Amino acid sequence: MRDVIMSLLAKEPAHGYELRQRLVKALGPAGGALNPGQVYVTLSRLERAGLVEAMEVAQPSHPDKKVYELTAAGRERVHQWLADVTWSKVAPVEFHLKLVVAAATRLADPVALVDAQRLELLRELHQLQELALEEPADADGALLLEGAALRLQADIRWLEVCERRWVERESR
Amino acid sequence: MSEVIDARGLVRRYPADGPPVRAVDGVDLVVEAGETVSVMGPSGCGKSTLLHLLGGLERPDAGELRLGGRRVDGLSETQWAIFRRRSVGFVFQAFHLVDELTAVENVELPALLLGVSRRDARRRAMGLLERLAVAERAGHLPDRLSGGEQQRVAVARALINEPLVVLADEPTGNLDSRATGDILKLFAELRQARQTLLIVTHDARVASTADRLLTMRDGTIVAQTRLGSGASVAGILASLADLGGDG
Repeated sequence: MRDVIMSLLAKEPAHGYELRQRLVKALGPAGGALNPGQVYVTLSRLERAGLVEAMEVAQPSHPDKKVYELTAAGRERVHQWLADVTWSKVAPVEFHLKLVVAAATRLADPVALVDAQRLELLRELHQLQELALEEPADADGALLLEGAALRLQADIRWLEVCERRWVERESR
Repeated sequence: MSEVIDARGLVRRYPADGPPVRAVDGVDLVVEAGETVSVMGPSGCGKSTLLHLLGGLERPDAGELRLGGRRVDGLSETQWAIFRRRSVGFVFQAFHLVDELTAVENVELPALLLGVSRRDARRRAMGLLERLAVAERAGHLPDRLSGGEQQRVAVARALINEPLVVLADEPTGNLDSRATGDILKLFAELRQARQTLLIVTHDARVASTADRLLTMRDGTIVAQTRLGSGASVAGILASLADLGGDG
């Protein structure tokens, strides 16, 4: 979250509400799921860490607003974040271990676990595709949904490989 | 709601070296009017054979089949051909368009065979091609069309006689991801228009457009689920918006 907030400040200084609006727009339908207070909490932590600076700006008919700006250290962090190639979750390792344990202990049938998991992922995929159809094709949020759908599709393919493997093992 | 497909105890055997292989081994399946059902399963699980049985392209060795309330498992080849023309639309992986006919001629052919006037058939065909966003390709021969365009023409052809049910066998099997996306949207529209549709596919994205999903293994249906239930939209969106803590 910290890196995301800082990167949203990289173009120009902004106040908390503007940042939240930018983030919501980029996320599309997922934006509604953001915790409203999170942006402000993150900003105050970044301020304490010296990565952003806050300035009070007087407004004629409203209370003063706080506008945040990246510090040099903050800007350096944004560059590092953009270049960082860490990727979230390479493989659903927990599910893999579930299958191994289920087979070894006979506490559950691995093929049944694969079936149940596949149905759940297909239900998620169904919902994602419904959401994607409602999004205008050129909205930034549609790309996020597309990414999530492709990833689920890959996970479902992997489940098919798991199924083949465990069906073979069980029939031996 | 009325039942469009009502299959009981369908069995289809293929000769083999040893005992005959039971490609479809006792399938019960009811599909309601306006429902979209997808069938998934590993290669050789019998899903394509099931679709062939439901559309009369193959005959069951046992079991009963009713389409739109009519008992059809005992129909002769000719009776099936006539029934199919009016009541079943097919979409195949390899499109199966007639090479010598233009797109619009392919689409109107099933209507002409039913005795619809040339003028009405053309009007209906053009209407469908427009709806499927291939109207500007109406005068082209199939080999001048992309795979995605050919499949949309094939879907238009399947719909022209307003069939009871459309049966689609791996409809995106020959398409790239972009054309697959177009077909996904199209199926979602058909679902919203309450067109009864049964899709056999190994593509999870295609399968997940349906209201209901069946999983087949070794000739039988081993699981089924309603796709619109379960997974909560709020949960999915929350995990998409999860940018980690603020630490």
